[in-house]
Amino acid sequence: MADRSAEVRINDFSEVDCGISAEEAVIEAERCLRCKKPACVEGCPVGIDIPGFLKYIEEEDFRSAIGIIKNSNMLPAICGRVCPQEVQCEGECILGVKGKPIAIGALERFLADWEREHGVTVPESKEKRKERIAIVGSGPAGLTAAAELARNGFSVTIFEALHAAGGVLIYGIPEFRLPKKVVAAEIDEVKRLGVLIRTNHLVGRSVPVEELLSYDAIIIATGAGLPAFMGIPGENLIGVYSANEFLTRVNLMHANAFPQYDTPVKRGGNVVVIGGGNVAMDSARVARRMGADVTLVYRRRQEDMPARLVEVHHAEEEGIRFLTCTNPTRILGEGTVTGVEVVSMDMCELDDSGRPSAKPIPGSEQIIPADVVIEAIGQSPNPLLIRMIEGLVREKKGNLKVDEKGRTTVPKIFAAGDVATGAATVILAMGAAKVAAESVRKMFDGE
Amino acid sequence: MYQVKSARLLAENVYETWIEAPHVSRNAEAGQFLVLRIDDEGERIPLTISGVDGDCVRVIFMAVGTTTEKLAALKTGDAIHDVVGPLGQPSEVHHFGSCVLVGGGVGIACLPIIAKALKESGNSVIGIIGARNKDLLILEDEMKEACDELIITTDDGSYGIKGFAAGPLKEICESRPPDAVWVIGPAIMMKVTSGVTKPFGIKTFVSLNPVMVDGTGMCGSCRVVVNGETKFACVDGPEFDAHQVDFDLLMSRQRFYHPEEKESREHHHSGGCGCGGHH
Repeated sequence: MADRSAEVRINDFSEVDCGISAEEAVIEAERCLRCKKPACVEGCPVGIDIPGFLKYIEEEDFRSAIGIIKNSNMLPAICGRVCPQEVQCEGECILGVKGKPIAIGALERFLADWEREHGVTVPESKEKRKERIAIVGSGPAGLTAAAELARNGFSVTIFEALHAAGGVLIYGIPEFRLPKKVVAAEIDEVKRLGVLIRTNHLVGRSVPVEELLSYDAIIIATGAGLPAFMGIPGENLIGVYSANEFLTRVNLMHANAFPQYDTPVKRGGNVVVIGGGNVAMDSARVARRMGADVTLVYRRRQEDMPARLVEVHHAEEEGIRFLTCTNPTRILGEGTVTGVEVVSMDMCELDDSGRPSAKPIPGSEQIIPADVVIEAIGQSPNPLLIRMIEGLVREKKGNLKVDEKGRTTVPKIFAAGDVATGAATVILAMGAAKVAAESVRKMFDGE
Repeated sequence: MYQVKSARLLAENVYETWIEAPHVSRNAEAGQFLVLRIDDEGERIPLTISGVDGDCVRVIFMAVGTTTEKLAALKTGDAIHDVVGPLGQPSEVHHFGSCVLVGGGVGIACLPIIAKALKESGNSVIGIIGARNKDLLILEDEMKEACDELIITTDDGSYGIKGFAAGPLKEICESRPPDAVWVIGPAIMMKVTSGVTKPFGIKTFVSLNPVMVDGTGMCGSCRVVVNGETKFACVDGPEFDAHQVDFDLLMSRQRFYHPEEKESREHHHSGGCGCGGHH
């Protein structure tokens, strides 16, 4: 589990964590206590048989080990890298009570990478069935649902609005956390199951709603891609980005390699990132790699940040300046951004979310110079498609209303992932997608 | 991959390209646009849909930068990596009574499809098309056919009425006020020309052209301010009430990447694209 040193890695977009060797994997797997009632499995949103695959690693039978994972999870190279294991499988590991939990994520990643190098076996699919399923969106939820349904013999078409499949895996999470060739390889596996991915198709525009409704079942997995802006003065100045735009320009369009690639992005100078989640960390670290001096402004304390701890550490190591208990009040400049006015925040009693609510301290205003401001304060579901389908109900914050089986308020339409939960994690989206896919199967099997 | 079905030069530096993209052509309505990406290194740019024919869709554009120059170089049978659309809200087409459509420069390309839709809804349509000079004027015949009446202006008087399109528009507003007006062209032209109808209280639409990336509402690159509210032109527009648009902000934000656009062009012209500078 070796990270490349911060001084080296801030000059490129290659992966920070180099992964573990086969020897290290075997030694790590041997530490597992083989619990009778493994809590780690409970902690995994897709219920991978973790002791099962650890046992095969111990026997150095990596092929069987990855097979076990793929029974539950078609995107292990991705999950091994981006899951917040500390609050999922590893957070439940009994060894973590007194010492270090098993590094389940690193082992999952090791197996997926090993398989990619040694030849991938595509799981067998069941007999072909006549039902056609449409999936809207090719992010983690859409891909997972597609793989599950294809393996059950359904004919599956994914509609994707962008020119590349993967959703947030391709436009949101940067290369240095999740190499795009890893994403492409896992998407290829889903295609090899017979799933058709139609890119450049925005449902509701390129695909009329009536055409969508002609499918036997539909799973909406359109994510939470609508960026929020703070609503403070100066937000439309040149140099102010939503994190979605900034990350899309770099991750999807390769603006970091401009002018070899044609998409530009403002780089270098002083960058202020607003927010404390993974998206904020990603934006800050991307800007750093393009030569910027980066300040991250967060209104609560560092320990309240929703970002993964490891990403906060990585950001700190890479020289990102953290300005916590601080909130922007306005963005300054004429035409182009020149700075951000911020105010210090007083931490008050805990609010409903268990975090302290923050109140501005009068007179504590200061100005931070900035050439670029990136707002990473959250996203919500894009309402476009949801509004077009009669009968779909939206809840607060625009989330699509879905029951515990992934059913929407319209028969034969299901939904999974961020569109139903609001912005969450890759693995939660995948877990929900498995549930939705299972509901679709049961509907046709009359269960 | 999407095939170029035909391509030709319409006027100096202005090109017409028909692309085979059935998912776009079959669903397109007046006022909508598409986003295309020419090759693997390419950027995504928005272009208004200026006509449909079966499985093909037409774009008309001026070659002003890296991507439009690449597009202009494509010939029949060449392929475009990505075409997504139709995007944006369709024009607000219904029975108004009498309508005036004003187009400036390459903005004229947007008009025939709107004119046809308005005619089909039972409107009478007057077209006013203007260009810097005679050689830059496009789609005259098509507009003649689509409109009940067509007025032509050139800045230098080399063809039609000398001056800007705002002149004849003002005369019409005074003599026979229309029920709705569309003004489409460069931002400064839309700002000035749509100002003409304001004192008359005539409903006026403009089609905004801010910088876009995805074109589906996920980034906010194309945000504009309309009636004091921030809107995303790609999903809330691109057409808005002209009299509520903050044009100065639009023009400022359009200049966002001018230095980079210049750098990109220089890179491609110097052979950085690997073609050795042979365009």
